[in-house]
Amino acid sequence: MQFIRPDINLDFIGKRKFAFVFSLVIILISIGTLLMHGGPRYGIDFAGGTLIQVQFDKPTEIARIKSGLNSMAFGQASVQQFGEEDASEYLIRTDIPGITDAGFNESLRQTLAEATGAGVEIRRVEMVGPQVGKDLREKALKAMFYALLFITVYISGRFELEWLKSAVMAVALIGAVYVFGLFNVSIPFLILIALLVTLGLFWILNLRYAMGAIVALIHDVTITVGVFSLFNKEFTLPIIAALLTIIGYSLNDTIIVYDRIRENSKKLHKNPLATIINRSINETLSRTLLTSLTTLMVVITLFVLGGGIIHDFAFALLVGVLIGTYSSIYVASPILLAWQRKSTAG
Amino acid sequence: MRPLKNIAWKPVVIAAVILAAIIYILPTFNPALWPYKKINLGLDLQGGMHLVLQVETDKSVDSTLERIVQEMRERSRREGLQKIQVERIDGNRIQVTVSGQTNITGIQNLLDEEFRDLREQDRSLAADKLALVLDLPEQETDRIKELATAQALETIRNRIDQFGVAEPDIRRQGERRILIQLPGIKDTERAKELIGRTAQLEFKLVDERMSPETALKNGAPPGSEVLYQVNVDTDTQRTFRNPFLIKKRTMLTGEYLTDARVRYDQDQRSYYVAIDFDRKGGRIFERVTGDNIHKRLAIVLDDKVHSAPEIQDRISGGSAVITGSFTAEEAEDLAIVLRAGALPAPVTVLEERTVGPSLGKDSINKGLMSMMVGGILVIIFMVIYYKGAGLLADSALLLNILSVGAVPSAIKATLTLPGIAAFILTIGMAVDANVIIFERIREELNIGKPPRAAVEAGYDRATLTILDANVTTLIAAVVLFQFGTGPVKGFAVTLSMGVIASMFTALVFTRVVFDTFLSGRKVQRISI
Repeated sequence: MQFIRPDINLDFIGKRKFAFVFSLVIILISIGTLLMHGGPRYGIDFAGGTLIQVQFDKPTEIARIKSGLNSMAFGQASVQQFGEEDASEYLIRTDIPGITDAGFNESLRQTLAEATGAGVEIRRVEMVGPQVGKDLREKALKAMFYALLFITVYISGRFELEWLKSAVMAVALIGAVYVFGLFNVSIPFLILIALLVTLGLFWILNLRYAMGAIVALIHDVTITVGVFSLFNKEFTLPIIAALLTIIGYSLNDTIIVYDRIRENSKKLHKNPLATIINRSINETLSRTLLTSLTTLMVVITLFVLGGGIIHDFAFALLVGVLIGTYSSIYVASPILLAWQRKSTAG
Repeated sequence: MRPLKNIAWKPVVIAAVILAAIIYILPTFNPALWPYKKINLGLDLQGGMHLVLQVETDKSVDSTLERIVQEMRERSRREGLQKIQVERIDGNRIQVTVSGQTNITGIQNLLDEEFRDLREQDRSLAADKLALVLDLPEQETDRIKELATAQALETIRNRIDQFGVAEPDIRRQGERRILIQLPGIKDTERAKELIGRTAQLEFKLVDERMSPETALKNGAPPGSEVLYQVNVDTDTQRTFRNPFLIKKRTMLTGEYLTDARVRYDQDQRSYYVAIDFDRKGGRIFERVTGDNIHKRLAIVLDDKVHSAPEIQDRISGGSAVITGSFTAEEAEDLAIVLRAGALPAPVTVLEERTVGPSLGKDSINKGLMSMMVGGILVIIFMVIYYKGAGLLADSALLLNILSVGAVPSAIKATLTLPGIAAFILTIGMAVDANVIIFERIREELNIGKPPRAAVEAGYDRATLTILDANVTTLIAAVVLFQFGTGPVKGFAVTLSMGVIASMFTALVFTRVVFDTFLSGRKVQRISI
């Protein structure tokens, strides 16, 4: 069986302007929604607070749960249906940490049982104090930063087969981060600075494949974060894990196309770069789509059947895999053409 | 072309991997089979409690200073020094003011001999009046804080051991945090109460100069404070608070305890806790009771009065009882915390994650369900799309699942819910490597290469691509492991194992099968 005929020849490069506009619009929407929501919406892992998952033995209403909670010192609690429609399971969330002292569960159980007239089971309690929340936020950002750093160094060395330049990259990046670290810049800014330094160095050192890969990576992560923000979903520790997985995974397809471009550049060096790139994309199209398809199969299964706790995690992966596939075709490869203009201009 | 001798070691390695995977994975299904342990489930899957506590080490510095002040007053009184004031000022400093030449010399000697730890911050001598400001040097406060955390860890470990939790994990985290993991624990409320309690047991005299009601109205006289006795009516669940006026000076503390046991009083039909002191404690208790006959001695636990019986006679022998309206459970817990000792400083809960056993079971079931459905979808797809070669990729996938499933028990890693998610994810990713190889082989066949050469070229060309593609995922996983906590670490471990296993199955296992199939035969067509 074959979905894509071996002699397929679609004009991807010709449509790159359309793709650029499309990507730009989505990225602007992503950044826009992030700005509108005042940054990513942190879950209790990062913001601190308390989350309680309760299950009732018969259907009840959110209003009743809320009225029950009002009688406890609970602050502004949000109550939300959780998991399957008919499960009578709810998530209660509040910004206040440190309320889960001894005796809390029992009094909450009693209060909710009185308010709803149903049997209550407290299935999960998570309380994160503000200090721990801050620590976890820092850790998560550091993880993102180091993943980007190592991957940058790896691909700049590996794609261009110039490990010396890769070493220069590593030293420059660590140096830049160290210097700005002295000024006590917050970690998101540090990541931004590191990215700018990376892109600048790629440009100066003429590492075009690495540049394309990193741009595609930033593209994927930004859009995934944006979609998350658009749907007003929360960032938690597992979501960071999903983002890092996307960073690692979305490069797979890019690497496949790039390897082919390099192979074809030797074979077809008389053709213009645009033709070589377009042909390489077409030749690898089948495997780009197939590898994503098999991964999507399991991610969708996880999304549908995995249960409430893993739902958002699967959603992040779903978005990430889709965007990653798109970007390896429409973003990573056309960027290589930017150099053509750089060299003809200069 | 690759020399043939290269092929020979591969089947051996494959057989070894399969064997090892089976050995490690079987106990998960039937624990009685081998001595190897079955898979270790994370708290999010088997239920349990995760706590991060912070030891309020500042408080232990505080109480050390308080003790020094008490001691200084006591010693100067005993030395017969007069006109001396010892006070704590702005937090962590001690101010000593003294007048009269003899008193000044006396206090100087006392400080030099008995309080050498203290550092002199300021000194002013006017006429015959000396004012000193003393504090503890940083090394000393650091040492006190360090000791407090270490001691708190030890105490909590003792308490949990005596409470009886299977395989608790209690460890220090950073300077003053303690991480506690109690898998499978059901009564989380009780455990929290047991762990978080300071359990500072003190014996103090009741101040009879004034009634507690007057003290509440007009303020307690110096050297005394109002503490409450809290009683819960077992029938109505209502609490009653009963005030006592208690002298601040501590006569005896729980540090001299050697044992605490639960006893049942047949007449009162209530539980109480019997405690024994060591020799020194016994002597102090004897002296205190002897000196204060017909006064009331309050037993104060964490600033709550438990009882305040009148001392009838000098009590020797070094034992006492603590009564109160205890249930059997409360009495048992009290005995445990008294035996394990007091926390050197209060602790606060910074982070708590509790998962009930039913939710954990749900998560496992849903995870396994998604894994099965996802796996079957991928397996069916591969067979339909690649036919014979698809079957080969599927057997590689099964080997992959087998090895990844065996890893947690083999390296004693913990399987968490995100770990299961990573497992499922690797099922989708594992066939990627085979897809890349097969697509390349198809390409080579399309340009007219014979099957054997096409397979050869397919693997050779795809190997580097596959390595590259997986290394980036591996980098992400390693970083995640480094910075992640509990469940996320589980994700990182499983993901890395999945990536490594998929490289092995795709590049070694399927290759060997292809080679065996193609070598020594003239194969015209391959099913791909």
